[in-house]
Amino acid sequence: MNRFVLPFVVFLALAGVLYIGVKHSPDKSTMVSALLGKPAPAFELPVLGEARKLSSREFAGKPWVLNVWGTWCGECRVEHEALLAIAQQKLVPLVGLSWKDEDAAAQQWLAQLGNPYTVVAVDKEGRTAIDFGVYGAPETFLIDAHGVVRYRHVGAMSLDVWQQEFVSRLKRGGLP
Amino acid sequence: MRFALLITTLLVSMRVLAIDTTVLPDAEKQARYEALTHELRCMQCMNNSIADSPVGLASDLRRDVAEQILAGKTDDEIRASMVKRYGNVILFTPPLDRSSAWVWFTPIIAAVAGVFIGIRIVRRRSQLVEQDDSVVETDDATR
Repeated sequence: MNRFVLPFVVFLALAGVLYIGVKHSPDKSTMVSALLGKPAPAFELPVLGEARKLSSREFAGKPWVLNVWGTWCGECRVEHEALLAIAQQKLVPLVGLSWKDEDAAAQQWLAQLGNPYTVVAVDKEGRTAIDFGVYGAPETFLIDAHGVVRYRHVGAMSLDVWQQEFVSRLKRGGLP
Repeated sequence: MRFALLITTLLVSMRVLAIDTTVLPDAEKQARYEALTHELRCMQCMNNSIADSPVGLASDLRRDVAEQILAGKTDDEIRASMVKRYGNVILFTPPLDRSSAWVWFTPIIAAVAGVFIGIRIVRRRSQLVEQDDSVVETDDATR
């Protein structure tokens, strides 16, 4: 009987390791941002449809949300309704980052589907997106009043995700 | 002759079809560029390097690598800048730290444990064989 104990323990250990491995397998939708708890990268980008530039410094002292999108991105269309509803709540500025897109296409998209954004920054070359560690649109970042990245959601935004991950964090100390 | 022509055509087409056509001003920088772009993971298509990936994000990251090389950054600084933005997952060879230690050491521990278990099994078997021999001998003796 005794001789089965060690193999059984080894089996349990292996099963445990594999279970953890399967549970935490690299799922693209759950990859944790390397920027969590770090200062959000600074940027200065043209504003969509305006002649001025937008600096990330303008948001200092208040929490804000950055949503990376593009008209070439299917999931961005999926999340658009949710973004419009979120904008209605007027909790935080919802800043759009038009990622590697044509301005005309982006403007047409907003005219047709409605514009949830407080302001849209244009990242035509994708440099700011790289600085934020973006690897696929849409991605949505929560930046707190100190300019620190608090959360990143990869994939289409929904009202559930918004309530659970964003509003809860805003209530915990993000709101001014 | 036909064979030589075929090879030439294939070689030429390889160069033309290459995803990355960046050429840096000197050979040393070019070599560093090619090495670095092969050790960085394309985050959109997990098992390609940014050198081999045709997606827009990969070309943005290649441009970033090229610009940093031209700006005089060292290879380590460039790797660090990538890890800062995307995390260790962007390196095909992640560094040894607390979170990755088990990945590096589990195989070694498993191999050592395997050797010990193997030795134990072989020893036990060899003892069994001795016992078997004595049984066979008594068997022969009774015949």
